[in-house]
Amino acid sequence: MTNHWIDIKNSDCILIMGSNAAENHPVSFKYVTKAMEKGASLISVDPRFTRTSSKADIYAPLRSGTDIAFLGGMIKYILDNNLYNKEYTAEYTNASFIVNKDYHFKEGLFSGYQKGEGGTDLGKYDKSKWAFEMDENGVPKKDKSLEHPRCVFRLLKDHFERYTLETVSKITGTSKEDLLRVYKTYSATGTAGQAGTIMYAMGWTQHTVGTQNIRTMAIIQLLLGNMGVAGGGVNALRGESNVQGSTDHCLLWHIWPGYLKTPRASNNSLDAYNKKWTPQSSDPLSANWWQNYPKYSVSMLKSFFGDKADASNQFGYNWLPKVDDDKVYSWFDIFDEMYKENIKGFFAWGQNPACSGSNASKVREAMANLDWMVNVNLFDNETGSFWKGPDMDPSQIKTEVFMLPASAFVEKEGSITNSGRWMQWRYQGPKPLGNSRPDGEIIMELGERLKNQYMNGGVFPEPIVNLKWDYHTNGVYDPHKVAKEINGYFTKNVTVNGKSFKKGTLVPSFANLQDDGSTSSGNWLYCNSYTENGNMAARRSKKDAPNKIGLYPEFAWCWPVNRRIIYNRASVDPKGQPWDKKQWVIRFAGKEEGGKWTSKKWEGDVPDGGWYPLENPDGTRRDDSKHPFIMRKHGFAQIFGPGRADGPFPEHYEPLECPIDENYLNDQKVNPTAAVYSSKADSWASCDPRYPFVGTTYRVSEHWQTGLMTRPQPWLMEMQPQMFVEMSEELAELRGINNGERVKVSSARASLEATAIVTKRFKPFNIGDGVVHQVGIPWHYGWRWPESGKEESANLLTPPSGDPNTRIPETKAFMVNVEKL
Amino acid sequence: MSKSFFIDTTLCTGCRGCQVACKQWHDLPAEETTNRGSYQNPADLSFDTYKLVRMEEKVVNNRLEWLFFPEQCRHCIEPPCLDTAYDQTAIFKDPKTGAVIFTANTKKHDADAIRDSCPYDIPRKAPDGTIVKCDMCLDRVQNGLEPACVKTCPSGAMQFGDHEKILETAKARLSQVKKSYPQAAIIDPSYIQVIYLTAFDPGLYHKFACAPAGMQRGISRNVALKRMFKPFSAAAKELAG
Repeated sequence: MTNHWIDIKNSDCILIMGSNAAENHPVSFKYVTKAMEKGASLISVDPRFTRTSSKADIYAPLRSGTDIAFLGGMIKYILDNNLYNKEYTAEYTNASFIVNKDYHFKEGLFSGYQKGEGGTDLGKYDKSKWAFEMDENGVPKKDKSLEHPRCVFRLLKDHFERYTLETVSKITGTSKEDLLRVYKTYSATGTAGQAGTIMYAMGWTQHTVGTQNIRTMAIIQLLLGNMGVAGGGVNALRGESNVQGSTDHCLLWHIWPGYLKTPRASNNSLDAYNKKWTPQSSDPLSANWWQNYPKYSVSMLKSFFGDKADASNQFGYNWLPKVDDDKVYSWFDIFDEMYKENIKGFFAWGQNPACSGSNASKVREAMANLDWMVNVNLFDNETGSFWKGPDMDPSQIKTEVFMLPASAFVEKEGSITNSGRWMQWRYQGPKPLGNSRPDGEIIMELGERLKNQYMNGGVFPEPIVNLKWDYHTNGVYDPHKVAKEINGYFTKNVTVNGKSFKKGTLVPSFANLQDDGSTSSGNWLYCNSYTENGNMAARRSKKDAPNKIGLYPEFAWCWPVNRRIIYNRASVDPKGQPWDKKQWVIRFAGKEEGGKWTSKKWEGDVPDGGWYPLENPDGTRRDDSKHPFIMRKHGFAQIFGPGRADGPFPEHYEPLECPIDENYLNDQKVNPTAAVYSSKADSWASCDPRYPFVGTTYRVSEHWQTGLMTRPQPWLMEMQPQMFVEMSEELAELRGINNGERVKVSSARASLEATAIVTKRFKPFNIGDGVVHQVGIPWHYGWRWPESGKEESANLLTPPSGDPNTRIPETKAFMVNVEKL
Repeated sequence: MSKSFFIDTTLCTGCRGCQVACKQWHDLPAEETTNRGSYQNPADLSFDTYKLVRMEEKVVNNRLEWLFFPEQCRHCIEPPCLDTAYDQTAIFKDPKTGAVIFTANTKKHDADAIRDSCPYDIPRKAPDGTIVKCDMCLDRVQNGLEPACVKTCPSGAMQFGDHEKILETAKARLSQVKKSYPQAAIIDPSYIQVIYLTAFDPGLYHKFACAPAGMQRGISRNVALKRMFKPFSAAAKELAG
C-alpha cells in the first residue's frame, strides 16, 4: 500500500476491483464503512457478485482477465472529458516527457519486439526503443503544455483512443451503462480535494498481464491526482499478515533486502554491481534517491559478514550467489527444474506448494524427483505427504521427507509488517507446544550446524564460515538482536554530516548509512525501526498527528522512516500547499518574505524529503527543491513506464486460455511476452470446445490460503465444509445441474469434484456476439483433510502461464468444463 | 438498566466471525455439515448453534441483494417462552440485564410448546430434552465485557449497551439509512432487546425476522391460556416437586 488501512476512511470513492475485501480482508471494512458514512461511494467490480458487492453502491460485473480493457476505457473517458488534474499531471508525472521517435505501437506490438525462441518467454522487447529524448544536459525534454505530438500525454491519448465503450463492453461483458456509471463516479475524484482509492489483490496480479493491470490503475490515479493524498493511493491488500514484511526482506528471487537487485553473473565485482544498479540523473531537481544504492548494498554486506567484510574483499560481495543474466528463477522455474530432475533438495518452509502452486499436479510430480525435502510447518500437509497422495505409489518414490514442526504465530515474539507497511512488534503468548519451535530458532540452529560442517572444509566454505551469526542471548534465539541487525549499527566511531556516532550504536536512519563499511544494515528500508531510542515497532501511542487524518505516527513504525503515506510531496501543489485543505497530509509552513520562502518547515506526515517546495509563493521556481517522486530517476511518476517487460503502456491481451478467438483491440491474442511453460506436464487449451467456460479461483472468509490452518478447525469447516464451484442459474440449466449436487470441474490439466452452488451472483457475459459463462472455485482445499480425500485443490486446474515481469501465475483466468458426475 | 443489542444488517458483511465467536465462548462443538449449495451453514439454529448468519439472495427493486441476517435470541422484554414454562428455575429473566436465560431445568418442560411460543422460532432442543439458545453471554456481560459476537464483529454491524441508548442509536441510524434505503426498518423495537435494522422488508431476510402480527408480546393463545392457569400450574409443580 502507498497509503495504509486506516487511511481508507479518508476516501471519497473506493474502488474494490481485483480483490474481495469484505471476504478476504474483513477488518478493512471497518474503514470502508467509516468512509461511506461520510458519504464516500463504494464501487465493486468483480466477475461474481460477492459479499463486497453486497455492500457497494455500484456493482459492475466483468469477465475475468479483461481489467485492462475496463480500466483503459476509464483512461479514455478521463481524457475525452478533461477530467484529469492538469497541474498535477503536468508537474508531477512524466506526461510532459518527449518520447524518442523509435517508439511506436502497431498491430498489438510495441516497437522493439523479438519473438521468443523455444524458451519460456513468448517474446521479448528491446526497451531501448522506448527511451525519452534528452536535452543537451542529459535531462528529459519536456513540454508542460502537453501538446507535443510525441509527449507522453499525447501518446497516452492516442494509445487509448481505441478503448471505446462499445469495444470495451464487447470484451469485458460489462454493459455500457455500468461502465459509464463506474467511470463517471470514479473520475469525479479528479477534482482537487477529492480522493479516490483502489483496493486490489490477487484478482489483478495473477494474470499474464498482472503488472500492467496495476499500471493501468496507477495511470488513472496519476491523471486524477490521487497519489500521495489522504484517501488515495494504489493499495495492494496483502493476503498474509506478513507478506509485506517477507517481500521487503527478499522473499522473491530477483531482489535482495530492501528491493536491492540480486546480482547477475555479469556484475563481476562490487563496483560493477553498484555501477549497474545505481541510476544517474543529470537533473539538479531530481533527488534520484537510488543514487544512494552503494550505501545500502555495502551496509547490507557488512550486516551479513560483520568484521569479515572490508574494502579489501569487496565486503564479501563475491561470497554471495549470482544469477545468470537473462535467466529467471521464479516459483514456476523452481518446480520446472525440479520436474526436470535438476533440483535434488528442497525446503518447503511455511508453505504448501502441493496445493498453492499453479498446475499443482506438476508440482506434486516434481517433488517425487527430489532426494530429500524438509517440510517446516505447523502441521503435516499435502506437500509433506505428497508421496502418499492421489495417483502416487509410495513404493516408487525415493524422496525422504523430514518434518520440522514450527510454532504458531502466537507462540513467538517478533514483528510483522502489514499491508500498510506498518512494522508491528508482538509478544509471545502461550509457549510452543510439543517439539515445535519458532522459525527463528530453527534457522539459527540450521545455520550453526552448517557453519560447523563447513569449518571442516567443503566446496566454497567462505559464505557460510564468514557469515555473522550471533543472534543468541544466553543460548536462545533473540528476535531483538535480529531486529537490531536489520536496522543496522555503526561499525566504527564516525562523524556523518557533522554529527558523531559511536561504534556499536544503532544507526538512527538510512540517511546515515555509508558505503565505506562504517555502517551495517540488514535492510536499509528498515533503518530507523530499532534505534538507540528503542524498538519503534513496539510503540503503542494512540495520539494522532496534527492533521488528524489517522496517521497515528507513534503507533508501531512504518517504512520508510515512519512515513505513513508515501509520495506525499505530491499531495501539495508546487508552492507546498495541500490540494485538499481539510484532509491534508503535509503542508509547507516555512517563513515567507517578499514572496519567497525563507525558512524550511513541513507539518503533518514525514515528508518525502524535507526540501523547499518547487515554487515560492510568488510563483518563481526554486533551484533548491526536488521533484516529488523521489524514488524515480527523473523525479516524476511514470505514466509512460519504459522499464516493464511488456510495454511502456498497458494493453489488453486475452489470457493464455480464453473463450474468444479474437482480441477486439489489437492483432495479438495473448500477451506477446507472457511466460508459458511447456513440459509434458504443462498442457493448455484455448478456445477449445472441451473447455468452454471461463474459470477463476478465489478465497472465502472462512478459510485461509491452502487451508492448512483452517481445514483442521471444525468451526470453520462447519461453515465451508467442501470444495465448491459457483455458477449462474443459466449455466446450471444448460448443463442440467442442480444446486447442491456434486459435479466434475476439469481443465486441460486435471479434474476434480466440487459441490455446485447455483447462484444469481454469477451471470453469463455477452462477449462479442456470443454468450460466455464463467465459474469460480476456492483454492482452500486439499486431499489431506477432510478425511474423505475428495476435496481437492483448485490449483490442479490452473494454467502454466504467468506475467513476464513477475512470473506470477495466471490463476485468475483460465478455461474449464463443468459437468454432472 | 437492561442491556440491548443493535444489529445493523446494512453493515453486516456476512463474515460470520460472530457465529464462530459464539461457539468459541460457549464451547460448542461444530456440526457435521455438507455444502448445500449455499454459503449459509449450518442450515438452521440447533442445540449446538445459538447464533447463525442467515444468507438470502433476492432481487429487490431490480437489483441483486445478498442479505445477511445474524440471527439470535431477541431477549424479549416480556418473553413468551418464560410465560410458557412458568418455572423460574428453567427460564428466567436476569433482573439486571434483561437477558432471558434457559437453565438445565428446561429439560422438564415441553420443548415444542416453548419453541412454538417464540415469535422468532429460536429455542432448540438437545437430545436429552434440554432447551438452549443465546444467553447474551451473561457471564461476560456481568464481568463488564461485551457479548462475544459483538466483540468480534469487524465492520461495526453489532453494538451492545444500555437499552435506551441502543434504541436511540438504532433510530438515529435508521433515519440515516433511509436516505439510501427508503424501505429500511427497525424490527419490533418496543418488544425486544435485540434490535435489527434491515434495508428492506424484514421478511426477505428470514421468515421469522419479524414476529408474526399480534405475537410480538407473546400473547399467543397458548400463552394466554397458560397465564390464566398460572396459580394452578405453580401449585401443581410444587406438588410434583
